[in-house]
Amino acid sequence: MDYSFVFLILLLPLFSFIVLGLAGMKMPHKTAGLIGTTSLGIVTALSYYTAFCYFTAERGADGAFATLVPYNFTWLPLGQLNFDLGIMLDPISVMMLIVISTVSLMVHIYSFGYMHGEKGFQRYYAYLSLFTMSMLGLVVATNIFQMYLFWELVGVSSYLLIGFYYPLQPAVSASKKAFIVTRFADMFFLIGILIFGYYTGSFSFSFAGDVVMADGTAPFIPVDVMKAVAAGGFILPTALVLMFIGGAGKSAMFPLHIWLPDAMEGPTPVSALIHAATMVVAGVFQIARLFPLWVEYAPGQMSIVVWVGVFTAFYAAAVACAQSDIKRVLAFSTISQIAFMMVALGVCMPGHHGEVLDNHAQLGFMASMFHLFTHAMFKACLFLGAGCIIHAVHSNEMSTMGGLRKYMPVTHITFLISCLAIAGIPFFSGFSSKDEIITACFAYSPVVGWIMTGVAAMTAFYMFRLYYGIFWGTENKELHAHHTPHEAPLNMTLPLIVLCVITVGVGVYTTIAGFAGWGGSFGSFVTASGAEYNIHFDLQVAATSTIIAIISIALATYIYKGEKQPIADKLYRTFPKLHRAAYKRFYMDEVYMFVTHKIIFRCVSTPIAWFDRHVIDGTFDFLAWGANEAGETIRPWQSGDVRKYAVWFITGTVALTLVLLCI
Amino acid sequence: MLLGLWIARNLNQVRGVMVVGSSCLLALSVWLVFAFLDMRATMPAEEFPMLFAESIPWFKPLNIAYSVGVDGISVVMLLLSSIIVFTGTFASWQLKPMTKEYFLWFTLLSTGVYGFFICTDMFTMFMFYEVALIPMYLLIGVWGSGNKEYAAMKLTLMLMGGSALLIIGILGIYYFSGATTMNVQEIAAMHNIPVDVQKIFFPFIFIGFGVLGALFPFHTWSPDGHASAPTAVSMLHAGVLMKLGGYGCFRVAMYLLPDAAQELAWVFLILTTISVVYGALSACVQTDLKYINAYSSVSHCGLVLFALLMMTKTACTGAILQMLSHGLMTALFFALIGMIYGRTHTRDIRKLGGLMKIMPFLSVGYVIAGLANLGLPGFSGFIAEMTIFVGSFENADMFHRVATIIACTSIVVTAVYILRTVGRILFGNVADPHYLELTDATWDERFSVCCLIFCVAGLGSFPLWASNVITDGVAPILSVINF
Repeated sequence: MDYSFVFLILLLPLFSFIVLGLAGMKMPHKTAGLIGTTSLGIVTALSYYTAFCYFTAERGADGAFATLVPYNFTWLPLGQLNFDLGIMLDPISVMMLIVISTVSLMVHIYSFGYMHGEKGFQRYYAYLSLFTMSMLGLVVATNIFQMYLFWELVGVSSYLLIGFYYPLQPAVSASKKAFIVTRFADMFFLIGILIFGYYTGSFSFSFAGDVVMADGTAPFIPVDVMKAVAAGGFILPTALVLMFIGGAGKSAMFPLHIWLPDAMEGPTPVSALIHAATMVVAGVFQIARLFPLWVEYAPGQMSIVVWVGVFTAFYAAAVACAQSDIKRVLAFSTISQIAFMMVALGVCMPGHHGEVLDNHAQLGFMASMFHLFTHAMFKACLFLGAGCIIHAVHSNEMSTMGGLRKYMPVTHITFLISCLAIAGIPFFSGFSSKDEIITACFAYSPVVGWIMTGVAAMTAFYMFRLYYGIFWGTENKELHAHHTPHEAPLNMTLPLIVLCVITVGVGVYTTIAGFAGWGGSFGSFVTASGAEYNIHFDLQVAATSTIIAIISIALATYIYKGEKQPIADKLYRTFPKLHRAAYKRFYMDEVYMFVTHKIIFRCVSTPIAWFDRHVIDGTFDFLAWGANEAGETIRPWQSGDVRKYAVWFITGTVALTLVLLCI
Repeated sequence: MLLGLWIARNLNQVRGVMVVGSSCLLALSVWLVFAFLDMRATMPAEEFPMLFAESIPWFKPLNIAYSVGVDGISVVMLLLSSIIVFTGTFASWQLKPMTKEYFLWFTLLSTGVYGFFICTDMFTMFMFYEVALIPMYLLIGVWGSGNKEYAAMKLTLMLMGGSALLIIGILGIYYFSGATTMNVQEIAAMHNIPVDVQKIFFPFIFIGFGVLGALFPFHTWSPDGHASAPTAVSMLHAGVLMKLGGYGCFRVAMYLLPDAAQELAWVFLILTTISVVYGALSACVQTDLKYINAYSSVSHCGLVLFALLMMTKTACTGAILQMLSHGLMTALFFALIGMIYGRTHTRDIRKLGGLMKIMPFLSVGYVIAGLANLGLPGFSGFIAEMTIFVGSFENADMFHRVATIIACTSIVVTAVYILRTVGRILFGNVADPHYLELTDATWDERFSVCCLIFCVAGLGSFPLWASNVITDGVAPILSVINF
């Protein structure tokens, strides 16, 4: 199969970015939007075609799909190492192509309605194209440095899109914060890359040296893992952990999560695309990409990933229970769900040198990727639904909503379906993926398993709290007096329906397949070893998590469904401090503000600037002043007064004679 | 060109001469790159490090000659100078009083710069270096702004101090090598200065050039100097003149005194590491746009010297790339700041705000310059920094590694001060209602900004050719240093 067309997947969005960026301002809104959407439509079609060809191709002898490198060239030589750019197709990158192009296309279509009439519409589509190009470039990277390059580019597109409403101060601060926090994490990523590249002799993702180009030649220098191991056992783990910090920044793991809730200042479709479905999973993708190295050479350090993930999942779920801004709830929910993916990767059992990775012990890898896929779909749907709601009531606050189900039936149904999916109810996609994650956690350690089950229960609870708060409860009479909320136009509801259909379709099939033990599920395509692996649900785990989810939903129904919410009010009154702390995100932002403003600005930068102006500069000014003064002092001596000269001349002569005589 | 300016009587003629002259220079530089590549194909760098070499004796008793020649490094530096002179001409299009004299000095300044880059004779190099310095005093002192006399005096005195150290060093090299020539290539080939003597003169030359390259703690002329200089002079100064420092350090100090360079590198490495982080941190709290940029230049030029001292091929290539990239980026920055200042009459970021709505072109340009400065992939800053970091990491010992990691932190701090500035001045609310009446860029300003953005993006997207040309020039020098 010839995959030479895949370069178009990267070039088309780039092209549309350049066109819109240079000439966008002169175009009418519709043209600009159409350029962006059309190019993305083609990209989506190409991605699906690639995926179709790739996954229907014959598997290799070990049951894995071949890793293909249709393009690779040296972009910048760096001594013995090379900075390559290229395209690499393997199961996870192909899967990501589908996720990114699908969600991005939906967001492009949705934005026609959502951004209708906004100033800067063309600019918005230009940024979307830039983002899509960078994200696609990130997932098809052939080497870690290319990944870093696109990693920075997605960061900057995220910066530009969060700050889209630039006259508003919160948007500007949020964009700045997002960029700087992720940049801080990226610094560790970069150092990790340097260590990795130096000790293994290559940046490439060819760990076993088995990646070949279409013509059978090796496209790049393979990573020499043994060289790194010989140099010291701690080197690879150190590099991997440093890269994980980079990934944790992008994927908003505690304590680097603080930028994500603020990033909700951007337009809502952007939150759906970047801050829910695609960019924030880059960290998960990075670990999945380096997964063979993690399991073989840093199994001990994988527990860091697990515990960071577990804590983040719990923390974010707890905070989500107390937020009142619907986008913030979804943001914390995203953090929590990404943490699920991280945990799933971490709980994989170490492999043994030279052996084919055992799929059963590494269920977590498959589960994580599966959850990434399902989460992208239902979370994008939730965010886009939230966008419709915000469009209708012109506010993010849950208190201004309530009783919207009558006015917005399509949004209501799709939102409900996505909530059921994230809560983990059977026959919805979230169930299958979350269940696999929890199964993998139980296999790792019952403690982690039970904590994650608990977090899953919290997820069901806060999602239904959100759902009831928006669609049930008291109607906001005051608002409705001004204008009645209405359903969003078709170009906004269509993406919701598409994403929902995917969620339900995937959910129904995988649930039945899981119980019946059929093939053709997610495990047929993406597994740790590449060989097909379809799990049979562990009935005990499945039943427990379903029952717990239903109980939490029931609890949320009981507390939040009614017009009045006596229990909720009572809870606030009983635990005001806890509620306030959770609402304030346990004061993490304040801690950061303290560190950055008080310590770095006040105690480091300001003194340095002062030191520079006063001490160093002062020294030179002093020297200049000294020279000047010396000149001033000497100047009167050159008075032109002959008598004075004569006195000096005679004194000098006498003194000199005396000196000579004494000698 | 000087001659042309002399005869030109009115404003239009002056402008005309400048445009024609600087376009010719630009065309010549581009031609030079191609000719260089063409010639290099037949003459490998190992045998002929310098191409187009010519030598005319100038002052026999001291064996001073006007000898010229170019290698990979000087070719790209000449290209950089031409681009900046060309765009600088357009950036100072509307400069009013004494336009003719201004351009006269401006041209003299660029002559010095060109001369410095193409000369291979130590003394002639020194002479051109001085030629480049003197006009600076007048350009800042007469056409500058703010506390201009002080700044001009300070800048000139500090740089003159540097050149006093230089001349001592140059004479030292000349006498102790026992050479009968001032030619850099020939002295390097002799390689016969005793190590102890080298160790005495290395600091002289390194600091002498380092002053110009904003080596900590000799960088304090730069914030004042930049802040007071007129736009095009800031561009040329930060863009090209500061590169003279790095170029000189590499070409004279390290090339001619290789053993001392090896032994004393650690001292200067510490100083440059401080420069990198210190400059960036200082920039975080400045309130004057030009001060921010000046400190940012301290940080970035610090990185140039830092990389040179790493003495690996990749790092040195990165250093030259960084010179090129920083030259273009800062020129862009100073051009934009000049244009914004020309409209708002303030550079205080506390008094600016919401410019994006008022002057979208300049603001977008500023955002691009900012992103390029903080090392966004696709712009030149990224490739330069990455080359430097990868190259520095090639040194296996702990000291170099730790220094590299400390220098890496600058990428975060850079992001902080750039985004702080961009957020303050471009976004948010319009700070002063008077600003609403201001206009966006005129055609000449647009042209100069677009040219620079094009160069920055071009270098950042297709770095291979530049990297190859530079490596070609770096390799022979390094083979002497790491002898």
